This record gives sequence, structure tokens and C-alpha cells, in this order.
Amino acid sequence: MLEIKDSKKILTTPISAEDLKDIHTGDIIYISGSLTTCRDDVHRRVVEEGLTIPIDIRDKAIFHAGPIIRTLGEDHYEVVSVGPTTSMRMEKFEYEFVKETGVRVLVGKGGMKENTVRACQEFGCIHCVIPAGNAVVAAICVEEVVDAQWLDLGMPEALWSCRVKEFGPLIVSIDTHGSNYFEEKKIEYNKRKEEEIAKINKEVGFIK
Amino acid sequence: MSKEIQVKKMTDIIAAFVGYTGIHLPDDVLAKLTELRSKEDSPMAGLIYDTMFRNIELAKELDRPSCQDTGVLQFWVKCGTGFPLINELEALLKEAVLQATSETPLRHNAVETFDEYNTGNNVGKGIPTVWWDIVPNWDGCEVYTYMAGGGCMLPGHAMVLMPGEGYEGVTRFVMDRMTSYGLNACPPLLVGVGVATSVETAAMLSKKALMRPIGSHNENERAARMEKLLEDGINAIGLGPQGMGGKYSVMGVHIENTARHPSTIGVAVNVGCWSLRRGHIMFDKDLNFKVASHTGFTM
Repeated sequence: MLEIKDSKKILTTPISAEDLKDIHTGDIIYISGSLTTCRDDVHRRVVEEGLTIPIDIRDKAIFHAGPIIRTLGEDHYEVVSVGPTTSMRMEKFEYEFVKETGVRVLVGKGGMKENTVRACQEFGCIHCVIPAGNAVVAAICVEEVVDAQWLDLGMPEALWSCRVKEFGPLIVSIDTHGSNYFEEKKIEYNKRKEEEIAKINKEVGFIK
Repeated sequence: MSKEIQVKKMTDIIAAFVGYTGIHLPDDVLAKLTELRSKEDSPMAGLIYDTMFRNIELAKELDRPSCQDTGVLQFWVKCGTGFPLINELEALLKEAVLQATSETPLRHNAVETFDEYNTGNNVGKGIPTVWWDIVPNWDGCEVYTYMAGGGCMLPGHAMVLMPGEGYEGVTRFVMDRMTSYGLNACPPLLVGVGVATSVETAAMLSKKALMRPIGSHNENERAARMEKLLEDGINAIGLGPQGMGGKYSVMGVHIENTARHPSTIGVAVNVGCWSLRRGHIMFDKDLNFKVASHTGFTM
């Protein structure tokens, strides 16, 4: 469900493809509901080993993140700090992963590429970034850890399923229309880089 | 003080200091981020900096690690040959990491290679990393602490250029890394560059460069000029905070150098993210300590 509250765009799980239609790269959104941490090893298990993900993330959100967790009691956990990890590491798995799981929102850090763009267009999904290194801002949006699975992977890699409230700010980096914020920015960055290299090179001819 | 009590004292100080550096950014980083924040004018950059500064305050208030990736712990020690705990230092640093991991708490970031399992306590074969600079005829010890996060280790790169590629080759080597990997490594970055003779000499220097306070310069005039040229150049690329666009991409560029073989230029780049968890603590022979990096730390 998509609602606008105090001029904040809030997506609440379950999320439909329809909810994502009017969301575009560069938009700022927030998520309420179910958000599960999923990073390298979970992607590898689902895509390469064909294992079924033990937490249902269909129409929900995942977070490319490995939290710091405090164990409060048996099956009772607290998220101390959580923030995004480099999404690009999941790029090679993400098309298959989205296809397999039906996830609607990917939250992470930095850009992703064509595999993810294709998944977002075909299956109705978006990728967003949360400003990284802000692990306390993100942790206080977590109301409860509702499930924890694949704990054998260790603290960062396990699945921590959280109930979150207005989790964000999230900046949309890939939308359902094929737009990719970072890849478009990279064209500008590379162009300016070449200009700057040319300038610097005029002054660093130290080897005569 | 017995040797045992001395070891415990230094272990407790280092453990507490490591935990502290996971929660509080160093003074020079805070000052630089404050400056860069005031110079950005786009709403997107503004939103990102607002989030960063809110996080800095919340981490302090709730006493929690500011970034969930508290990294692999790395220590650069400058230890006098007469420092009373020189023999115990490496073992006590490991013990301090174990202590900080449960007390702070820190994330479990030591995965044994080949056997591929997380040790669950942040120590493993060769982790924490300890690099030694032995200082003859001195009885003190300085420890640089560093939390090497995954995101900002990824851009790390070293290679050996042919002299024909010159410093122009060094420039391209550094600049290319900024647009391929740097933008995902949580800019504004601190960029360390090593210019030396082989891969490992350059790589070690590129890490050492990150230990220098922001705003310091290489003592060689040309190297210092190149630091400034690269800083201005990377800023002009316009990565901005989080690589999403802005006027400033870096907190600084630090070059460290040695002489080189006539046939090679070893070059390496190493970056620290905006959340640069670097500490600098100095002990005398009686284990009195001074902290150079953070004004607020007390035991």
C-alpha cells in the first residue's frame, strides 16, 4: 500500500506492483511493515543452491545489510545497529533472486546494474538506498525482530526479519520503468573525470 | 604494578578505546564533515548530511556503534624497543578485540578463509591485523586503531606501473577507482595513495596514509601538490555524499611515498568512508595515555 502522510511517501507491506508504478528514481520514500536482511550468502543459497528461503518475502522488502544483534533471550533479539552494505555484490544474483522470491523492494547502498534493472522492470520491484553509515538512525526504525533464520551463516549473513516503522529516508535508485540513478550519474562522473585527469596531467610530469 | 596487572590495564584501555571509536567519530573527521556539509547546496546532499549528523548524535545518545559494520580491527603500532609490554602487545590487542566485541558490542567480522565460517568473536587467523613500526631507544608506544569496513575496503587496489606511465599513470589509477568503486564506498572519502616500488610497499603506505590527520600534507612539495590536485580533481567529479551527487567527494587525499626501483612505480589506493573509525592513542612506559584523535575519551 502506498500512502502519503505529512508529505512523506510511505510504502506499507504487502506492496503490489501497482503501488510502485508512480515511484521514480530520485524520489524519497519510507517503508513500514516487513523488512528482512538478505545479503551475499542468502542470495547464493537461493540462487546457486536452489534452497527455499525460510522467510516469506513475497510483496515485502529486503535489506542488503548485516546488523549488530544483541540476544535478549531464547529467540528474542534486538537490532543494535543496522545499515546497508554494498548492493553491487548482490548484482549477479538479483534477477533470479527477485524472480524466485517475489520481493518488491530492495534496500541497500550504492548502485546496481542491468540484472537488477531487468528484474525491477519485469517483476515490478524497486531498488533504494538508505544513506549508509547511519546504522543507529536505521536501527531505531526497527520495532521488533520477528524471525531469525539461517543463523548458521553467522550474525552478518543470517536472515533477520524485522517489523519496521517509516524506515528511511530511502532514495529510489532503480524504478520499475528502467531508470537507474547511479548508472546515469556515472556517465556524468566519467565525463568530468576525463576532464580532470587532463588538467592534472599538465602538472605532474615529474619524470623528465 | 606486576606484569599481569599492567597487561590487564592496557587491555582494558584499548578495549574501551576501540569501543569508543565505533561510536564516536574522530575530531578531524567531524570538523571536515561539518565544513563539507555547509558547502553543499542541493536538497539531496542536504538530506543525506542531515541523516549523517542525526546518526552521529543518536549513536552518542544511545551509546551504539554508529555504523553496523564495525570492520575488521586493524592496529598500527609504533612501539619503542624499551616499552615494558612489547612482548605482550600482540596478544593483548587480540584480547582487547574480544573484550570490545562483547562489551560494545561489535559485529562479528572474522571469517576463516578456506574453512569459510564466521568465528563469532571477531578474531581469527591474523585478525586483528597488527602492523609494527619498531622505534629504537624509546620506551613509549603509540597505537593507531582502525575499523576496516567491507564497503570501503572494496575500492582497494595496488599495481606496479612502468615508469613510462609516469605520475600521469598514477593519476589515472586513482581517478578510475573513484568512479568505478569509490562512489559506492560511502563518500565523502578519505583517499590514501601509496607511491613506492612494489605492490606491498605501495599498499602498506596507502593504508598508513589514512592514519594521518585530515588536513595534513606530505612533506615533499611535489607530493603535497599532487595531493591537492587529486583532491580538487576528485571533488570536481561531483560524487557528493553517498555518491549521489554533490560538490565534494572527498575529505582529503593523502599520499605516502618511498623511493622506487628505476624500472617500476608501485602504486596503491585505499579509501576510508565518511564514517572513518580511526583512533590514535599514545602510552608512556607507566601506561599513562593520551588520545590524539578524540577529545572526549576517558577511562
